[in-house]
Amino acid sequence: MNEALWALGRASGAVSLGLFTLSVVLGILVRSGRPLLVLPRFSLALVHRNIALLAVVFLGLHVGSLLLDPLAQLRALDVVVPFVGEFKPFWQGLGTVALDLAVAIAVTSLLRRRLGPRVFRAVHWASYALWPVAMAHAVGNGTDGTSGWFLGTALAAFGAVGAAVLWRMSAGFIETARSRQESRA
Amino acid sequence: MSRTNLHIDWTRCDGRGLCTELLPDLLVRDDWGYPLAADPSLDDKSNIPLGRDDEPAAAEAAALCPRLALAVRRRRP
Repeated sequence: MNEALWALGRASGAVSLGLFTLSVVLGILVRSGRPLLVLPRFSLALVHRNIALLAVVFLGLHVGSLLLDPLAQLRALDVVVPFVGEFKPFWQGLGTVALDLAVAIAVTSLLRRRLGPRVFRAVHWASYALWPVAMAHAVGNGTDGTSGWFLGTALAAFGAVGAAVLWRMSAGFIETARSRQESRA
Repeated sequence: MSRTNLHIDWTRCDGRGLCTELLPDLLVRDDWGYPLAADPSLDDKSNIPLGRDDEPAAAEAAALCPRLALAVRRRRP
């Protein structure tokens, strides 16, 4: 049973991180206002939301299974308060930070019509912190975190998110950037 | 005709284009991406009258607008 919880904890963590990677890249694409191949803009927004929600579900599995697993020595306090863990407190604490951010982002996203665009956006920006913190947690704390296959996959994910962020900061990022710049000149 | 309008809050709208995809018969996009009423005779550009068949798509657009710039509102008599 403990072996199963341990395996579930590791696998769900990796799946959650993969889904968060996809969600960040999709979120940047949604922000650009561009459709993708056959997917219209509103579909992309829905895919972004659903992938992100799925990432949170797997994050719940990740934390829940390791809470029940005596090997992981995870206490309820570690789920909320970072850097006080028994095992690798720094790397585990990064996971706690990422979890807290994920909960804040998910709750403000689901309640965004109530909270208004200002609060939603301010909290949603934390996604850019969540991703690298979660990735560092995976590499530093994961049993396979420093194995070749994991580092290779992590590097590919880092490349994808990095490229998306660079694109996000470029001048032609917004779909209508050209016409808006021309009319300003 | 139903008794609702699609209200566009121009202080929030950023012309992301989701609403023009979901309501192609009611809205067109200008060169900068912002939605315009497809019917040019409309006086009020911020409140577009919805037909009964438009309401589900309008509600969807309001829910999905990335800038929360849309609302389906009851028309004033």
